Amino acid sequence: MTPASPAADELNPAFIEVEHFSFWYGEKQVLFDIDMDIPEREISAFIGPSGCGKTTLLRNLNRMNDLVDGIRHEGDILIDSQSLYDRRVEVISLRKRVGMVFQKYNPFPKSIYENVAFSLRVAGRNKKSELDEVVERGLRGAALWDEVKDKLHESAYGLSGGQQQRLCIARAIANRPQILLMDEPCAALDPVATLKIEDLMLELKKEFTIVIVTHNLQQATRVADRTAFFYLGKLIEYDFSTKLFSNPSKRETEDYISGKFG
Amino acid sequence: MSQEVQATAASTRPRRAKGEVQVWLTAVGLSTGLIMIIGLLGLILWNGITVFWPKPVVEFALREADGKTTAVAGEVVKTRLRPADDGSAGKEEIQIFTGNKDAYGLAFRFIDGEAVTGRTEPRDLILAERMEYGDSLFYPIGLDLADGSRVEVADEKFDETFSQLVREAGERRREILHIEKKQIGRLNERIRSEEMAIRRLERSGGGDPAPHQAAIEAAQKEYEALAAEARRLRAEQESNILRYRLASGEERTQKLGDFVHYYRPNDLSWFGRLGVFSYHFFEFITGEPREANTEGGIFPAIFGTFVMTILMAVMVSPLGVIAAIYLREYAAQGLMVRIVRICVNNLAGVPSIVFGVFGLGFFVYGVGSFIDGGTKTPMPAVAWWLSGLAFIVNAVAAIVLAMNYGGSNPNLPKPNAVIRFLKPFTAVCAVLFGIATLVFNPYFDGFYSESLPTPTFGTGGILWASLTLALMTLPVVIVATEEALAAVPRGVREAALACGASKWQMIQRVVLPSALPGVMTGVILAMARGAGEVAPLMITGVVKLAPSLPIDLSAPFIHAERKFMHLGFHIYDLGFQSPDSEGAKPMVFATTLFLILLVVVMNLTAIRIRTQLKKKYQASAF
Repeated sequence: MTPASPAADELNPAFIEVEHFSFWYGEKQVLFDIDMDIPEREISAFIGPSGCGKTTLLRNLNRMNDLVDGIRHEGDILIDSQSLYDRRVEVISLRKRVGMVFQKYNPFPKSIYENVAFSLRVAGRNKKSELDEVVERGLRGAALWDEVKDKLHESAYGLSGGQQQRLCIARAIANRPQILLMDEPCAALDPVATLKIEDLMLELKKEFTIVIVTHNLQQATRVADRTAFFYLGKLIEYDFSTKLFSNPSKRETEDYISGKFG
Repeated sequence: MSQEVQATAASTRPRRAKGEVQVWLTAVGLSTGLIMIIGLLGLILWNGITVFWPKPVVEFALREADGKTTAVAGEVVKTRLRPADDGSAGKEEIQIFTGNKDAYGLAFRFIDGEAVTGRTEPRDLILAERMEYGDSLFYPIGLDLADGSRVEVADEKFDETFSQLVREAGERRREILHIEKKQIGRLNERIRSEEMAIRRLERSGGGDPAPHQAAIEAAQKEYEALAAEARRLRAEQESNILRYRLASGEERTQKLGDFVHYYRPNDLSWFGRLGVFSYHFFEFITGEPREANTEGGIFPAIFGTFVMTILMAVMVSPLGVIAAIYLREYAAQGLMVRIVRICVNNLAGVPSIVFGVFGLGFFVYGVGSFIDGGTKTPMPAVAWWLSGLAFIVNAVAAIVLAMNYGGSNPNLPKPNAVIRFLKPFTAVCAVLFGIATLVFNPYFDGFYSESLPTPTFGTGGILWASLTLALMTLPVVIVATEEALAAVPRGVREAALACGASKWQMIQRVVLPSALPGVMTGVILAMARGAGEVAPLMITGVVKLAPSLPIDLSAPFIHAERKFMHLGFHIYDLGFQSPDSEGAKPMVFATTLFLILLVVVMNLTAIRIRTQLKKKYQASAF
């Protein structure tokens, strides 16, 4: 596995722009003035100790936090130069552009086929030929096709944990989102399955902008082009992974990656 | 070794392994329950099944007080010691089933054990089931046939002739039933609808009733022909006569048309007994009741119970599921929802008779008579139109507000205080005005006004009974569904939303399928409770004897307004309302057995469906 190492001058244009973003759950402020630009078709990893706000930020990128009562934000997040919080942006269409993979694999109580086809079905696209194509493309994209092509109409719960997580990835990428958010996608998997998912991510970044939250620093070094270190709701450092892990510019980062706390 | 050392050793090593008393105690609780349930079911099963098994008939020779000897024959029911007046153990007495109610006045009698001088089991004794007066036990003497010839019992043709004549009588009986019930019933229906048409014409004041009258006359002609045919068959039923002798020596005669079925209880092989058993069993579950329900079968009651329970499940499931979805998924979880939930739970504790009274008042007298004849207190026309207008305005306002402010879509603007008030206000107003517009409609005269004052829906019926039970079991379904919805993991919900599903799509496509097994649990519980309920049914539509089934082959096939029979009520009626409670006892056990069997079969079916759903939609373990 080759560590991602983009040259310093090869800067992609920013695709996700987080602008002075602060966020509250009720009275409790969990994000403080986050400012970062995430470039297109790269893997960015969010690392940091538990409760540092990295998952909160990730869940704001597809407005998953809207489900929680009593939330409030300041600042703005732009995807492809359009604000997420614009009145004209429908949450549903936003979520079609931003796919998400969760920590716990959570396939629907449906067949493998219907799991992958779900995002098209809810969009009202029910044409058999189109669905067949999308399901195959999604499963191939998630490197699952060869394992399940003979049992597409069996329950998704019959798959192994790693396969279920890849199915969730297939489901998330089936409808061609631009961004793929991954919230500790390998936390519930064994090392072999983890390796498969990581390989998959490196393959997927050719098409998607990937943001991954991980507690596994080695994973960040293995797959991420850039890494952001969060601590106590603040963004401490965001840089190329090679630089952040070998030569961090902030004390907290160094303490964290060297294992002094965390 | 000193004593001290020994004592230390003893204290470190427990003298024996210690169990926990609580385990034993809880086990006692469970086993007590199990023993009671198994005992109850065993009792019902044994008593219910043995009813159909032919028992040997014993002829007792009795010495009377005056020294003469008499004979009596019967099935031994039980032997007991009658306590004497002075409190001593007393004398043995035997209860026997003698049948021949027409001859003896009673079908059961006690005989004094000391008076019995002899017991025989005569092989030529016949037990015959009759259309009236229950079973008869006799020795045949001979047949007087319609053509004037006689076949005596010594004749070898006797058996053949007798069984053939009884079979023919049965066929004729079925034919008569078909003519009187089906064909004449259909004619009556036709005449009634023509009469209604004439009444409608009279009321509207125009039109020529002549074609309707002609149709009625034609129908009456057909009726005459059918009635004549039925009379002819009935006469034939009476043409052959059996002469027989009772054990007491008395000789009697009976028309062969009265016999349903006969056998020689003391002359049966094991397979013969099995044959009689299956005949009884089959007749019991497929036959219609006779003689004030104490004889014959219970098919109408089985069918009525089944239809009512299914109707109830069909009505309660969607209602309960929809209510639970709103309570759990949409309603803001606050004080109001808590109060509603407590009320729903308390509803489950309301005695069922209260639901029955409510069903009678609301469904039967309220909704039913409204369907029959429209409202009794119509609004003035102007007020009605205004009320209708108010309904439309409020409904439109409620929908527009709901679609543009707040709710489950986070993109909608948060409503201000005025709109927060207007949203529920317009919705409540729309409902109130809607109901008022519907209920006080001066232009609606009911769907069955021409047959008034005979009520159609304005009297108890299977629809109202099922609705009452649906209301009664609603809390069970709501609670079970709510729990099932709450158990659907958050991860799956979030995944659905992350795929771009709206909230309703999430509920409909992911949450509900996962919750379905739980919903089924609720429906199973509701069915188990509803099927065995009697009290509310007695005032909302159950009758002792229903003339026709709630579903049959005459259009419109499902007759929701009809009264029906129910196994639970049948048990009550047989056991406590029947003139001959001793004779009805076996029927009570058998009916109870079938009520339990019906509930078990329906529940097993539902459990099977649930297992399949679980297999299909089982939530992942992780």
